[in-house]
Amino acid sequence: MSSQEQFQRDRTSGGGDAPVDPPEAVQGQINTQNVDSILDEIDGVLESNAEEFVKNFVQKGGQ
Amino acid sequence: MLRVQRVMGSETEFGLSQPGNPRANPMRDSARVVDAYAGPRGLRSSQNFWDFATESPLADARGFFMNIADADSSQLTHIPQDDVEAQYLANVVTENGARYYVDHAHPEYSSPEVLTPRDVVTFDRAGDLVALASVRALEMSGEPVNLYKNNTDSKGSSYGTHENYLVDRGVDFDDIAAGLIPFFVSRQVLCGSGRVGIGREGELAGYQISSRADFFEAEVGLETTLRRPIVNTRDEPHADPAKYRRLHIIIGDATMAEPATFVRFGSTSLVLGLIEAGLAPRIGLADALASLQTVSHDLSLSAQLPLTDGSTMTALEIQETYYAACIAHADPEDADTAEVLAEWRRFLDGLADDPRSLADSIDWVAKWVLLEHYRSREGIDWDHPKLALIDVQYHDVRPEKGLFHKLERAGRIRRMTTDAEVEAAVTGAPDGTRAFLRSVAVNQLGEDLVAASWDSLVLNAGDFGIVRLPMREPLKGTRQLLAERVAGIESAEALLQALGVDRLTVKND
Repeated sequence: MSSQEQFQRDRTSGGGDAPVDPPEAVQGQINTQNVDSILDEIDGVLESNAEEFVKNFVQKGGQ
Repeated sequence: MLRVQRVMGSETEFGLSQPGNPRANPMRDSARVVDAYAGPRGLRSSQNFWDFATESPLADARGFFMNIADADSSQLTHIPQDDVEAQYLANVVTENGARYYVDHAHPEYSSPEVLTPRDVVTFDRAGDLVALASVRALEMSGEPVNLYKNNTDSKGSSYGTHENYLVDRGVDFDDIAAGLIPFFVSRQVLCGSGRVGIGREGELAGYQISSRADFFEAEVGLETTLRRPIVNTRDEPHADPAKYRRLHIIIGDATMAEPATFVRFGSTSLVLGLIEAGLAPRIGLADALASLQTVSHDLSLSAQLPLTDGSTMTALEIQETYYAACIAHADPEDADTAEVLAEWRRFLDGLADDPRSLADSIDWVAKWVLLEHYRSREGIDWDHPKLALIDVQYHDVRPEKGLFHKLERAGRIRRMTTDAEVEAAVTGAPDGTRAFLRSVAVNQLGEDLVAASWDSLVLNAGDFGIVRLPMREPLKGTRQLLAERVAGIESAEALLQALGVDRLTVKND
């Protein structure tokens, strides 16, 4: 028996062979207009001294 | 029939920085981060609170143990560190059953065990809120610390985002490795988080798909901090070792975009189902490591990867082969499975058509599009520090500073969860796994909970003394099984009674 079968839970059917429609949250309206407006907003929050910030962002290695 | 449900979890090691103090001790700051979360919530934080008795980081899935003398000290995760810094180590089990602790020189959130890719998304993201709460708590201190959900400083260091999947112990490990390697070499196009700079130290200017690819040096191996392997062999099941293997995947990037996290875990769980059923495609890459880096460095997604039979495939063709095998054997009635297949399909179509169409779903694309807008607007090259800054700041966990969060709030990144769902997941355990019992112990037992781990609780049971309660079955101890029985319980003795433990005897030997 595969793990999938062991781990199966009762779910309401998604309805036949057709892929289930993504819920509304996934289908949400994506705003691809006004690139400049988002760049302006990001300009406003970028750390002010890029060179200094990047130089100081030093990490120790992890896993 | 393949279904996507499986015991799974995510681990995130956060990058950290103390603004204006690059020489700050990262181990001390990691402990401050963890303690800053635990303190106000009344959660205990100490090295001793984690029950290390069941851990075995040197057990190799290929059937042997690494000699402790041959191990790098960073591999000895089961021994409380005895160096001077050990006093700073912190270990917390959070209200939702996750672990929040210091791993090497980074704070790490390890999500509670969940069963569905949607729950991975929710509980992984709950960890981002945990990290944010730490940052907020330290903002008022004299030494604030910022956290970044990323994987490299592009100066030679990398730190991990790991995935855990419970698999059937009966499957031969060599089959798991053979089935996974071509999948992981190509999977980065679905869920890479992108990186400015090529090479471990970003020696070459440019942009690449994966944050981690340049840090891998082996196909299969036990290590996670050096000689990193595409398939990690750590055999530490945190469950009944006769039945289960916990596959510890170290090759993924930290994904911020929810659809990317969803497809990362969902597609991998389905491919593991193929492997368990003996149905995985057999694709032999002539040089998997070289191909891993080739794919990461190829923004055109057209690189031909040499196979052992002399032919070639692109990363997308490899992905299509795995997708076709999954959909051929998937249970069409299962809603979770159908949703993963639909998103995986959408990603493959978008990547083949124009990757930029997925700027609302995949981090490497979202970041790439943002960086290209900056490059063209300001006429700067890939080695400009502003682009390196954007690369890091994309991952800042603060909504007012993190560029991912700015994009998402502006409606430019698709979202699968709601704020309310993620907030609930910070304090509540997921459905379907033993994380519920761990969560009950943390939230209800107070001082009676002496220590905890993934597969044990150590309880102070009054007259019966200290009792270790094993939790070797990840699918037991669930909300469904226990919620009514443990409601209102406030002592270890009452919990043991509720669980039907009635044979405890006192031994005075």
